Amino acid sequence: MLELANIRKVFNQGQHNEYWALKGIDLEIPPAQVSVLKGPSGSGKTTLLTILGCLARPTEGRVRLNREDISGLPERFLTEIRRRTFGFIFQQFNLIRGLSAVENIILPGYPGGTPRAQLLARAEALLADLQLAHRRDAKVEWLSGGEQQRVAICRALINDPEILVADEPTANLDSKLSAEFLLILHRLAESGRTVILTSHDPLVVESAVVDRVYSLRDGLLIEVQHARRAAP
Amino acid sequence: MKPWIEKQHHLIDFTAQSLARRKGKSLGLLVVYTLLVFVLASVSLYTHALRNEATRILAGTPEIVLQRLIAGRHDLVPPGYVERIGRIRGVQKIEGRLWGYYYDSVLKANYTFMVAADREIAPGEIVVGPALERTRGLSEGNGISFRSYSGELHTFIAAEVLPHESELVSADLVLMNEADFRRFFAYPAGHYTDVALWVANPLEVRNVGVKLLDALPDSRPILREEVLRTYASIFDWREGMMLALLSAAILAFGIFAWEKAAGLSAEEKREIGILKAIGWETGDVIAMKFWEGFLVSLLAFLIGYVTAYLHVFHFEFTLFAPVLKGWAVLYPSFALTPQIDGLQVATLFVFTVLPYTAATLVPIWRAATTDPDTVMRS
Repeated sequence: MLELANIRKVFNQGQHNEYWALKGIDLEIPPAQVSVLKGPSGSGKTTLLTILGCLARPTEGRVRLNREDISGLPERFLTEIRRRTFGFIFQQFNLIRGLSAVENIILPGYPGGTPRAQLLARAEALLADLQLAHRRDAKVEWLSGGEQQRVAICRALINDPEILVADEPTANLDSKLSAEFLLILHRLAESGRTVILTSHDPLVVESAVVDRVYSLRDGLLIEVQHARRAAP
Repeated sequence: MKPWIEKQHHLIDFTAQSLARRKGKSLGLLVVYTLLVFVLASVSLYTHALRNEATRILAGTPEIVLQRLIAGRHDLVPPGYVERIGRIRGVQKIEGRLWGYYYDSVLKANYTFMVAADREIAPGEIVVGPALERTRGLSEGNGISFRSYSGELHTFIAAEVLPHESELVSADLVLMNEADFRRFFAYPAGHYTDVALWVANPLEVRNVGVKLLDALPDSRPILREEVLRTYASIFDWREGMMLALLSAAILAFGIFAWEKAAGLSAEEKREIGILKAIGWETGDVIAMKFWEGFLVSLLAFLIGYVTAYLHVFHFEFTLFAPVLKGWAVLYPSFALTPQIDGLQVATLFVFTVLPYTAATLVPIWRAATTDPDTVMRS
């Protein structure tokens, strides 16, 4: 369970272009569910996602992970938590060009010192699960958009994280691939993982796989919608 | 400990892949870096081996050579001089030497004519150095004529050619007997060029030198250790001159290496952002970059040093020999004894590998400490 209490975030503090991206957010992300942060551009949803995913610290407020306050932890510990607890899928996929699919997938496992054979076995299982085993050794720049995203999902899952964070995951996908992606998210939530994503794509926001939608505007949480999950 | 080793293994793997992905940049850097190590190592290996060779050869020479001076210039040792020295305690053996220079207008080269004290040479015969064998086509039994300074032509038969192993000191040597030498140069009877003294106790050499000066104030004793020191200075000076000339190239390399190592491309910055976002710590990114610098410089060092070794000891230092050997018409052709000095290797390692490795780390610090959330916004 992830809880945020009175989260505020400022950029360029004290300068002429000081900007408050978040102005006091309180919310709870329930475990093993799909939650969506929605809102127009500039509403603060990506900033909120970076704070939820321990990629950034709030200027004010508390972040609690499984009841433990993690907002004041030094960078080293926060990185450790990020690596063990969170898996990230970025809008541009952010794969490393020149490396094969499998090499990209095992990258988050390097700092933990997990033996290579173990990492490769996990990566191969994930690739097989997402029907991508045949593209194992292909350089990522040779993959299609949908394949790249599935590699990004595998990479996000390599450390077996409790929470999956995705920023605008369908922005570069067509409707068919977006539907496939949502299906994957559904399976992950079913297997007990918490999924948090930002999106303003109606296909995602109105999808049956989504359990909760948090609407943001001008750095404030304006609405929380609960939906009963049904099979997509 | 095992996860730490495994982690370093992963980082090295990733670094090797990164270098392979940026082939052009990596290879360019490696080539230039290797070239620099090659030049530095060649010069250093060569001068070191030359110094050792000189020391080895001079080990068999007399401890003191005494010259007579008139008005500060070298003059002939007069009769009776050698006998006076014989009374100084500590002197084991004493020997008046006869030697001089002869200019061969055919080759436009100087030979060293000398009377051999340790071998009998028949009248009319000479023993020649290997350079004469090469340049004048002399071999055993051939005759050669030299015109003396008085204009008279003297013909000698080459009885023997000196072995090539001693070429560093005997390339231009012509050995003959005393009577032939005195006749050829019209050298006054009883006079010598200088006097060689052997001293049994090495600790006594300086004392004997002082005693010689007291007994023969018009003489100049030259100690073997001074000759060695002079040789060392000459080689050091030449090495220094060469390195000074190369300093512009070294500086250019420094700038090149700094630019290549320090300048992170947009792609590299993006990669660092991704790595941080997926759970790499700042320390991991720095360690990865450390391995990159270390691997490149170590590889360059090893290739450069091995090529320099081959260049010096198997290809006779072809590229830089004229600069370091000095000028001569009769170049001695000699092979140096291969040897590696640990301290020399360590010094070269410290001055090449460490600065580069450090240069790669400084700028990476900034990139590695960027917030991982920047990748979300790129």
